[in-house]
Order: sequence, then C-alpha cells, then structure tokens
Amino acid sequence: MSNASQTSPQLAGVVGFFDNPGTLLQATAKVRDENYQSWDTFTPYPVHGLEHAQGLKRSPLPYVTFVAGLTGGTLGYLLQYWTSAVSWAINVGGKPFHSGPAFIPITFELTVLFAALSTVGAMFFLNGLPNTKKKIVDPSITRDRFAILIEVPPSVDADNEKAVARQARFKKFDESEAKSLLQKLGAKDIRSVNAEGWF
Amino acid sequence: MAARPSTTGVSIMADTHSTAVHQDLLVAGNKTMVDVNEDVARPLENFPTSTWWACFGVALAALGIGALVVTTFVMNGLGVLGLNQPNGWGIDIVNFVFWVGIGHAGTLISAILFLFRQKWRTAINRSAEAMTIFAVITALTFPLLHTGRPWLAAYWLLPYPNQRQLWVNFRSPLLWDVFAVGTYFTVSAVFWFVGLIPDLASIRDRAKNNIRKLIFTILSMGWRGSNKNWAHYESAYMILAGLSTPLVLSVHTIVSFDFAVAQLPGWHATIFPPYFVAGAIFSGFAMVVTLLVIMREAFNLKAYITMDHLERMNKIIMATGLMVGYAYACEFFIAWYSGGAFEKFIFINRAFGPYWWAYWTMTICNAFIPQVFWWRSMRRSIPAMFIVSLFVNIGMWFERYVIVATSLHRDFLPSSWGYYTPTWFDWGWTIGAFGLFFVLFLLFVRLLPTIAMAEVKSVMPQGGHHE
Repeated sequence: MSNASQTSPQLAGVVGFFDNPGTLLQATAKVRDENYQSWDTFTPYPVHGLEHAQGLKRSPLPYVTFVAGLTGGTLGYLLQYWTSAVSWAINVGGKPFHSGPAFIPITFELTVLFAALSTVGAMFFLNGLPNTKKKIVDPSITRDRFAILIEVPPSVDADNEKAVARQARFKKFDESEAKSLLQKLGAKDIRSVNAEGWF
Repeated sequence: MAARPSTTGVSIMADTHSTAVHQDLLVAGNKTMVDVNEDVARPLENFPTSTWWACFGVALAALGIGALVVTTFVMNGLGVLGLNQPNGWGIDIVNFVFWVGIGHAGTLISAILFLFRQKWRTAINRSAEAMTIFAVITALTFPLLHTGRPWLAAYWLLPYPNQRQLWVNFRSPLLWDVFAVGTYFTVSAVFWFVGLIPDLASIRDRAKNNIRKLIFTILSMGWRGSNKNWAHYESAYMILAGLSTPLVLSVHTIVSFDFAVAQLPGWHATIFPPYFVAGAIFSGFAMVVTLLVIMREAFNLKAYITMDHLERMNKIIMATGLMVGYAYACEFFIAWYSGGAFEKFIFINRAFGPYWWAYWTMTICNAFIPQVFWWRSMRRSIPAMFIVSLFVNIGMWFERYVIVATSLHRDFLPSSWGYYTPTWFDWGWTIGAFGLFFVLFLLFVRLLPTIAMAEVKSVMPQGGHHE
C-alpha cells in the first residue's frame, strides 16, 4: 500500500490471513470470545457457519421484504380501484367498475416489484454500499484467501459519558496484542492496515 | 471421489461429509480457487479472438438489417407489415412470446434451482441470467415498436396522470403484460447485478489496467468480502430467489392470458398458463444449451460447464418437452370433448388446413425430436444436443406461430377467411431481434465474468463446503 503522499497514515486495524475456511472458522470463534468492539472476517465466498462463529444476528431483511411487499400490493390494488372505479369510471364490455379478479395480476406484480427493490435497497443500506471510504484489506481476498480484521474502534468524545461507558464494556484495542492473538490462532500472514479509501 | 486430506491438520468434518454426498464433481480437472479467477477472467482481459469478431460481425449485421427495416416501417406506418383482416396479430407477437419464453430458463436456473439446492446451477446461472435479461429486452422491442409510435408508448402503456385525466384499462391482459414483463425485467436485472457484485470485485482486485480497475471499482460498489456484508447479501439473494420463483411463473401465465382471456376458439383454453410456462422453460433451456455449447468451447470453460451439467439440462428439456407434447394432445382432446363446432374446426384446421406445415414442424420439433434424450449417449453428445436444441428453438417459435396465425386466419364466417403471410418487413425485424440478442450476449461474454466465481468456489471441495 502506497501511503507516501499521506503525512501520517491512520491505523485501521490488524489483519491476519488464513488458508482455508476450517481454520478461519475456529479462529473466528476465538476472536469473538475476546470481546473486541470492532472486527470482521473477510472471505472470497460466503462460508457457512461463519455468521454463527462471528456472533452475527440474523439479517432483518425478511421484515423489509414483507412490509414492502404488503405496501406494493396494497398500493397496486388501490391504484387500480381508484383509477377504474373512482377517478374516471368507464364501462368496459359491461364489466363492473371494481373488477376485483382482473386487478389481481397487477397487484401481484407490484407486490413482487416493491418487495424485490426494497430488499436490494435495504441490503445496500445495511452493507454500506456503495462503499468509497474503506478499501479492500487485500486483493487476494476476492480470490482465495480468508482474513480476520481486528479494527481500531471509532474514537469517542471524552465528554460523552454514555459513549465512553459503552466503549469500556469492550476489550481495549492494542496493536501488538491483537497481532499476537492472531498469531496464536494460526494466521499465516499478519500485518497492520491503514485507513484508506478507494479513490 | 476421495475426501481431500486437510492441509492444516485441523479436521474439516463438513468437507468430508459433503464430498461423499455429492457423487459427481461440480468442477472438473482439479481446479483451485486461483484457477477459477484465471479461467473466468481470461476472456475479458484479453483481446477478443477472431471467432468472437466473426460472430459479433454477423450479429451486428443482423441487427443492422433489423434497424433499417424498423426505421422504414416507423416512418411509413404499420401497413408495411403483413397484418390485415382477419390476422390482426402476426409474427410480432410470435416473436414477443418466443423471446419472453427464452428468458424463463434463466430465472428457473437462477432462482428455482437455487431454492431446490441444485448446486450444479452455479456454473451456468450467470450466463443463463444474462440470457434472460437480453431476451426480455429483445422481446420488449416488439410490443413497443408495434405501437407504431414507440416514443408515445408511455402514454398508452403506463398509468400516469395526464391532462385528459384518462387511465389505462386495468382489465386488459395486455396491460397486465406491461406490468408482468416490466417487473420481470427489473427484478431479473437487479438479481443479476446483485449476483455479479462479488465477481466484479474479483475482477477489480486482479486488474492491472487502470481504466479497468476504475470501472470495476465503481461497478463492484466497493465490495470488500466482509462477512457482515455476506450475511445480508445471502439473505437478500435468498429472498430474491424466493420472489423470482412465483414471478417467473406469473409472467408466462400472464402472457398466455393475452390469448386465453380472448373469446376465440384456439386461444380460449384453461390449459394455456401451465402449457405456456412449460413451453417457456423448454425453449429457454434449449437456448441455454445452444449458447453454452458454443461458450464453453470458445472460452475453454469445459472444466466448469461439464458434461454432467449439460446432461441435466437435457433431462429438463426432455421433461418439459413431454409436458408440451401432452398439452398439444390435450388441446385436441378438449376440442373434441367440448362438442363445440368452432373449437373442433379450428383444431382440425390447425393440423390439416393450410398451415399444416407449421403445425407439423412444431409437433415434430417439440414433441418427437427431444425423445432422443431417453438415451444417455445422446444426452451426453455435444453434436446431438446442439442439433436438438436448435430444433427445439425452431419448434417453439413455430408453436407461437401456429397459435397466433391458425386461430385467426379462418374467422367464424367463411367470407372473412384469409391467409396470413408475413412481409419482408416482418422477417427483417425478426432477424434484427436475433441480431440484438446476440450482440448483447457477445458483449456480455466479452466484458463481464460469465461464471459466478464466488458461487463456484463455495461448491469446490478445495474451498471446503460447509453446511
């Protein structure tokens, strides 16, 4: 990483690399038990069981889908009802103005459309995508390597008692301590990473 | 195959288990994860081959013919097409239904096979989804241009507040089509892009060329492979698959309503929705086989798109072919059983009337030729499957031709009988549609990763698949 132009590169954390998902899984569970405030694992593909090892909660996306789907369906039906029976009711082939069964296909399609677009939008939001601020830890991660990154926690205002108390509940970050932890857990390559954006 | 010894001494129980369960290899030739990136990225990091240029040239020429023809008829009006009484619909809607149907296989592979945990889909889902999107784009050109003034299409097709305070007719199946195909295109495109994100990041991280790096950094949205991201990502992917499954079934169902809701013998049939969906999957898989046989050869992807994958697709072609054959027979049975004189006449006329040649082309291509796949050697023969897939494509095009042309050309009164013949404007536009589809597909294989790398890695024994 070239930080020649920057005067003082800011430390983002300590990363350790693992050769296969098996060792990563075991190491992840151990890092979780250390109770760091801010850390993450990086893999080339979703490794099953890792979210559990990392102690991640279930994604709330299904609720987004459900609510958005209901909204889409309701709005879709109301749009058809209002335009066909209220705004300008036209007799089409003697069919009732409020032709319930005929409104079902579009109601269904709009349910799916709203649900799908909201799910993807919420996924982007939860994942912080598009992400311009945090560069990938190492280019090999999207190829074949697995990594654990123990991050420097965000700095808090010393006057904010609540935030200070919240941070005090976690283990304090120390660069050399984190490095030796990763070494103990079998990481192959351990190094410090600096905060760096994409552009 | 034997379980691979763990390299680090830490036992991976799940690995041993999963390789024992999956008898056949999903990726052949002892490939590593590094090889996956190398092999998939090769076509888009090198200058295209002369074969690619030749194919692209032909496709572009076909698109050019289409553009020329379309320009002429937009300037002169729809009268240049072969449409007249009694055939108000012709091969424009034939092409629309054909191309929407082609798209269905992509969604079946990406969504339905995903929900059924069919891991072999990982090798083919990316290209099949691309095919879906390009097929739907191609299909959409037909109704849009058939309005005669496509720049006014929004006025006819979408419910927007306008100064005359008129709304579209929500009771019309044609409007259901607008919403069904529009939603289908949007959701398929979003699903495809979501699937692409990790692979775009892979291309970005191996790019040596600065411009490519910049483009793929933007396209990949700064994806980092973080597991916190993967958790939401996988949830979203699963939900999209769950939403796409009923969606894809609804789309061809609604397309079939264009016909089935009409009070016309030959169209007014309750079997149409399942018959159309089966036919769509049938024709779509045939198109996937046609494209993949060429693609794996041209880009040397035989280790990923293996004979086992192709054999499974051929089995689906045979199964859906049988369903379509059953539907053909059922239509005749119902025509006889209903006792309706017009209903009976239309079906006898379909098989033995002036359009007998179209009817028997359809029946032979769709119901009989795929029967060769009862033999394993045929399912695993590249020339055999390529030829069968072409016949199925032809047969399915004729199926729609038969439905549209034969049901309309002999109206209730013999005084309004006619014979529909497409003009060269119709044919030129048809050729142009194939050109458009292949131009888009060739650009895709040249510019984007054609195999879902992240997904393939997750099913490789070396990757260590954990359930």
